[in-house]
Amino acid sequence: MPLARRRFDAVIVGAGGAGMRCSLQLARAGLSVAVLSKVFPTRSHTVAAQGGIGASLGNMTEDEWLWHMFDTVKGSDYLGDQDAIEFMCREAPNAVYELEHLGMPFDRNPDGTIYQRPFGGHSANFGEKPVPRACAAADRTGHALLHTLYQCNVAARTQFFVEYMALDLVRDADGDCIGVVALEMETGQTVLLEARVTVLATGGAGRIFAASTNAYINTGDGLGMVARSGLPLQDMEFWQFHPTGVAGAGVLITEGVRGEGGILLNSRGERFMERYAPTLKDLAPRDFVSRSMDQEIKEGRGCGPEHDHVMLKLDHLGAETIMKRLPSIREIAIKFANVDPIREPIPVVPTIHYQMGGIPSNVHGQVVAPLAGTGEAVIGGLYAIGECSCVSVHGANRLGTNSLLDLIVFGRAAGNHIAATLAKGGAHKPVPGDAGDATLGRLAALDARTGGERTQDVANDLRRAMQAHCGVFRTDALLSAGVRKVAEIAERARHVSINDKSRIFNTARVEAIELSNLIEAARATIESALARTESRGAHARDDFPERNDADWIKHSLWFSGERGLEYKPVHLTPLTVDSFAPKKRTF
Amino acid sequence: MTVTSPVAGPVSARSAKTLRFRIYRYDPDRDDKPRMQDLEVALHANDKMLLDALMRIKSDVDDSLSFRRSCREGVCGSDAMNINGRNGLACITNLRELAQPIVLRPLPGLPVVRDLIVDMTDFFNQYHSVKPYLINGTVPPERERLQSPRQREELDGLYECILCACCSTSCPSFWWNPDKFVGPAGLLQAYRFIADSRDEATADRLDNLMDPYRLFRCHTIMNCVDVCPKGLNPTRAIGRIKEMMVRREI
Repeated sequence: MPLARRRFDAVIVGAGGAGMRCSLQLARAGLSVAVLSKVFPTRSHTVAAQGGIGASLGNMTEDEWLWHMFDTVKGSDYLGDQDAIEFMCREAPNAVYELEHLGMPFDRNPDGTIYQRPFGGHSANFGEKPVPRACAAADRTGHALLHTLYQCNVAARTQFFVEYMALDLVRDADGDCIGVVALEMETGQTVLLEARVTVLATGGAGRIFAASTNAYINTGDGLGMVARSGLPLQDMEFWQFHPTGVAGAGVLITEGVRGEGGILLNSRGERFMERYAPTLKDLAPRDFVSRSMDQEIKEGRGCGPEHDHVMLKLDHLGAETIMKRLPSIREIAIKFANVDPIREPIPVVPTIHYQMGGIPSNVHGQVVAPLAGTGEAVIGGLYAIGECSCVSVHGANRLGTNSLLDLIVFGRAAGNHIAATLAKGGAHKPVPGDAGDATLGRLAALDARTGGERTQDVANDLRRAMQAHCGVFRTDALLSAGVRKVAEIAERARHVSINDKSRIFNTARVEAIELSNLIEAARATIESALARTESRGAHARDDFPERNDADWIKHSLWFSGERGLEYKPVHLTPLTVDSFAPKKRTF
Repeated sequence: MTVTSPVAGPVSARSAKTLRFRIYRYDPDRDDKPRMQDLEVALHANDKMLLDALMRIKSDVDDSLSFRRSCREGVCGSDAMNINGRNGLACITNLRELAQPIVLRPLPGLPVVRDLIVDMTDFFNQYHSVKPYLINGTVPPERERLQSPRQREELDGLYECILCACCSTSCPSFWWNPDKFVGPAGLLQAYRFIADSRDEATADRLDNLMDPYRLFRCHTIMNCVDVCPKGLNPTRAIGRIKEMMVRREI
């Protein structure tokens, strides 16, 4: 089929929290915007977020944005860029108030203000004690946020291209992005969407692991597009294992359970986090808690017949609190763990949850890359926001509630920057003559192949390899073997074939295309992990157990081609306040 | 070292369990008309939910079987379908509860795009038509607008809707007039905003529903309440709207 063409001022790929916050900002600027989404917008994975969005409103106890900033910097294990973190934490209260004004149905305190709960790593007065900073809507905060944003986009008459899968970026000879090639899933038609600005908001790639809290759609599509385009992926070695995924199912149980008072127990009924984190205990940051849980299991104190999980106890909160504040996770526990948490604890294990790394971007959301001697050259016409980006506000480990915040703050910031830039005038750049050729070639080759391996056989092998070789505790031996395995799997992936050749809503074709994106994300992850010979945040090496600030306060930049791995410094200087110097992380 | 991997077993550890399915198939690119396909699938040990079986069919038996899915935990609403005659979400329907052969059909009453994928246009148009967004003309305060816990409770049972369409596509009134009757999901959301103390457009919202079809095609059949996977009650919300309509006429 030939390539159809459409033209807009801006194209946003992805209609999750970041994409739809950005589109709202652009709609107000009167620009022509197309928002592409692989799924109907409210199906985006933001909908599954549970616990809350972090902001120092101080509705329950005293709070300050500077404390939030400190917690985030320390939580990032000092790999986060402190200027971006300051920006995010200072903007947070306004971002949350704005959501409320837009209609988001937050839970409320008796005085009518937004309810906030404690959450992992969030403290008052620079680590003194937990502080309630997570602004919540029961344990459905992501659902409330995403539906509110969609509703506002309906009011703003945003133009959505639903069930369009973006395939590749189109860049011209100057290196500027002039649009994307996409597949209209319903008809099989391919289309080139020209845009003065392209915004990637495609989420994470959690589906490179066998066990994850992520949706099936989280296949790192934006990452694949960027990698294939010759641009780097940043800090991909840093993947967050959420402490409480349902054992055996992987479904998320929010940290908010621990915020409301839930505790983790080993096979001896011991609240083991008291040993590992005397101050914050079960509300230590996620990397800390996941490693502690894994340590308990390693040392034989796991629960169940296989001694392979720990228990999350919350019955002591009482039925009323559970029904009011945590109704969704009760349903999840009943459905997926056969357990009613009003009576029994939930079996949980550390489960892959969040990608701290991604497409390198600055505080305006512009994609940056080391080009022509400058460390952070702006790539014209290209932005990245949300989980697919790496600003970096989460560094080596993300605090809970900071992702929903990241989406809103940077979705809005990118929208403002784009509106201001386009308002200065200018026009669409000419489309290169060969635009889309490589993409159409890939699609044609896929359709022509017969007798190849099945997509999911290769994908499942990839997931198993990543789970075994790139887990909570890593070693050189495991990672090296993993790099080799992933390289073999990458080669196999180039030869998969599909039996379904239909043009109409061909999900076998979609899955095969997604596999190529999963491969890039997996390669970036394991190769970056092998190279980082220290432990920091979520990247824990048994063979290099200490953090090495002298050599490693730098961001990894992984290129898909021959360029391999490069590095760039962390922004240690905030915008206006003093820098938080790296210290040993204890809780 | 121990690797904690909740996903049990390598490929060789197959469960002996095989399930029989009859699935509605239709590919407009090749088929003149729909047909029911009989097939069997061997499950793996961890396959508990209907969606797991569907993914297994797609990966191991027939990659052309097309269906929507995403979160696999019952919060996104993608995988609504008609399961043994009853609308539900595949990802939270336990296989143990299903008599075999498991009969899968697309949601009733909406045009079929392919296999179990329906055209949701009418459903979403009706949702959009009730202006499902907060309408408040006053300048907002610097901080949050205040809302008491009691006022906020009014939204419970309303805001949780995931727009899966199980309700509207189980409603005979919606089957007969999907272009004129708003349907249970749309009306539940209409009430969500009527009930929100921060919304100021109640009068307009009620006017917007004042015709023979938009609201009043609801005859309290209550299939919607029966099938809602989130336990919501559109009939009750519709009843409240009807009551408000009556009151303002008196």
